[in-house]
Amino acid sequence: MNGWTGTIVRVDLAAGTVKKESLPAELARKFIGGRGLASKILCDEVDPTIDPLSPKNKLIFSTGPLNGTYAPSASHYNVVAKGPLTGTIAASSSGGMFGPMLKYAGYDAIIFEGKAKKPVYLWIKDDEIELRSAEDLWGRNTVETTEEIRLATDDEASVACIGPGGERLVLFANVMNECNRAAGRSGVGAVMGSKNLKAVAVRGTGAVRVSDNEAFRSASQRASTKIREHAVGGKGLRTYGTDVLVNILNEIGGLPTRNFRESQFPGADKVGGESLTARILTRPRGCFSCIISCGRATRIKNPKFGGMGEGPEYETAWAFGPDCGIDDLEAITKANYLCNEAGMDTITMGSTIACAMDLFENGIITTKDTDGVALNFGDAEAMVEMVRKTAEGEGFGKKLALGSYRLAESYGHPEYSMSVKKQEMPAYDPRAVQGIGLNFATSNRGACHVRGYTIAPEVLGNPEKVDNMTTDGKAKLDIIFQDLTAALDSTGACLFATFGIGGDDLAELLSCATGVSYSTEDFMKAGERIWNLERIFNLKAGFSARDDTLPDRILKDQVLKGPAKGQVNRLGDMLPEYYSLRGWDASGVPTKEKLQELGL
Amino acid sequence: MAKMLMIYPDRCTGCHDCELACSFFHDGEFRPHTSRIHVSSWEMEGFSMPTTCVQCEDAPCVAVCPTGALYNDPGNSRVAWDEVKCIGCRMCTLACPFGAVVFETGKRRIIKCDLCDGSPECVKICPTCALDYIEETDAAKARKKAIAIEFKKAFEEVAS
Repeated sequence: MNGWTGTIVRVDLAAGTVKKESLPAELARKFIGGRGLASKILCDEVDPTIDPLSPKNKLIFSTGPLNGTYAPSASHYNVVAKGPLTGTIAASSSGGMFGPMLKYAGYDAIIFEGKAKKPVYLWIKDDEIELRSAEDLWGRNTVETTEEIRLATDDEASVACIGPGGERLVLFANVMNECNRAAGRSGVGAVMGSKNLKAVAVRGTGAVRVSDNEAFRSASQRASTKIREHAVGGKGLRTYGTDVLVNILNEIGGLPTRNFRESQFPGADKVGGESLTARILTRPRGCFSCIISCGRATRIKNPKFGGMGEGPEYETAWAFGPDCGIDDLEAITKANYLCNEAGMDTITMGSTIACAMDLFENGIITTKDTDGVALNFGDAEAMVEMVRKTAEGEGFGKKLALGSYRLAESYGHPEYSMSVKKQEMPAYDPRAVQGIGLNFATSNRGACHVRGYTIAPEVLGNPEKVDNMTTDGKAKLDIIFQDLTAALDSTGACLFATFGIGGDDLAELLSCATGVSYSTEDFMKAGERIWNLERIFNLKAGFSARDDTLPDRILKDQVLKGPAKGQVNRLGDMLPEYYSLRGWDASGVPTKEKLQELGL
Repeated sequence: MAKMLMIYPDRCTGCHDCELACSFFHDGEFRPHTSRIHVSSWEMEGFSMPTTCVQCEDAPCVAVCPTGALYNDPGNSRVAWDEVKCIGCRMCTLACPFGAVVFETGKRRIIKCDLCDGSPECVKICPTCALDYIEETDAAKARKKAIAIEFKKAFEEVAS
């Protein structure tokens, strides 16, 4: 095969055995790779009603056909399982080196089944694959684990691992690779921890081949040129990182502040990309094959919050910053470093602390609950302390480790959790940006911006500006973005490549790489197929239209001031049209005809 | 006039695109392992350094080559080689202080930068201009300019 390697690794952790299987060509064609292929395998092999942290869950690392090539910014692999935070299907993607390295070793995906009796890690050196003891690594953070495994194997190995967060089953634990790259959101790291699997380390010395070299070369060059010439993809992201969005969202009154009580933050400028660049940036960093370089190598010299690593990204800066009422960039960055080291999702961590601050200021919890720490909005030291407590499994940190929904519910006030399907909404206020609200409500892994990033048209004007306050046409817009993203996540490309290229370019790259001809329509249809597949998994897991909603604060409480003053999210105006355009019935269930059309 | 491959590690983001372009151009496949240029990265410090053959004037690989397979090629500003003369003894690998030349038995060949015959693919693809193919006497021009700009800023602050 070209593009694909044609081989999948299956690891039975309970038995300690490894076997290699071939990738069926028809499966590859229909579900492409990455998120699509792994979701298909999960749906075929896992009962959607299981406890996500039981040995019956499976954990799948999956690459795409473009991984390992020089298609611009195409290094993303996916980690797929039933997610413990949401109970939905979870697919988390990450860039860096891991995906390409797995391809060079000769594999498209790894399926982990069961639970190891004792902590282990998987070491792959080309054809040789072995499970090794990780008992000495248990308890180590992600940076230490990466270093130790490289010492024991190969200094150029790519290591994807969990930290103490995943080991302690923090429900929003990440899988981290190359220390700073996160398969975040939805808690795939906790699934890894539940399996006693500490890490997957890979060194591949082989090749990735494409079907038509000359066509692939020119398609890549055309795609690169489009991204380089794009204002965001070519310049904005490298200069300021994703954190450039702080001031942009604040200006339109869409920057959720103090647990979504408000939608503008007076200290925004202090935590935005411009300040980050001026104060803590060492240099821009790129994932493997990336021409965008949005990564931020940063360093904090102030010993109070000292450290180094990467970040913060926009959503991270928002979660630990404005959402907690905090304008201290050094504290935000420290919280980011702690999360990377522990392997925890920064969006859920920050939002859960914001939720706790809201509960505290409303007298629902007191210092008796919080180990004596006064949790007021704006208290940077308290925020960093809460991250540390969560990472170390100490006192109130054990409650924070459950995410905001379970935290607020345990005190009888789930309405304080700004989440959908128990996953926290990221940094965009759906009252100021209507379409993203519909996307949060319908996303297959709970509230999430990277399932259908309508912020691009609604706020950034890419590929063209759409009114952020209207609900007209948003159902259609959301569907296009959701399907495109599902297909894109399956190729190995990074979502940011869409700041320059679209479905047509991706379909062409995919065709030249694999030799399977994908038209733009085929490509979008694959995305729709994957979206419906995920939806069916969630319906079987017990979700229904009732869960496609937003917190009351977003649907009922008007924004008090700023450009979005008086607004709520008008989800009810968009959702019926969304179901109808999706070919689903009024209760959000895909019709037989639709499933037949998609070959599901 | 002589040209050289100039490397600016301070601009490198660690994307490895140079390795991909190199292996795809020479071998028709994406295989960083046999790229003629190699990027070493330190993720926590956020630092990356590309290394490759520096095309020595007085090249140890040429000096130790027992068959004259490796030779100076001043016309193309490089150290070149003749596959036919190579006996696969790997003396060049032992002698090179930069680790820039290896022999691959599987394909019976020397793997070393040939500057793509004057139009290096790695330079063309580098998204941040961390690599440049430039007149050797102009190679430090950008650094001189960068220092001058810093000095100018400081001077203007003091003078104003």
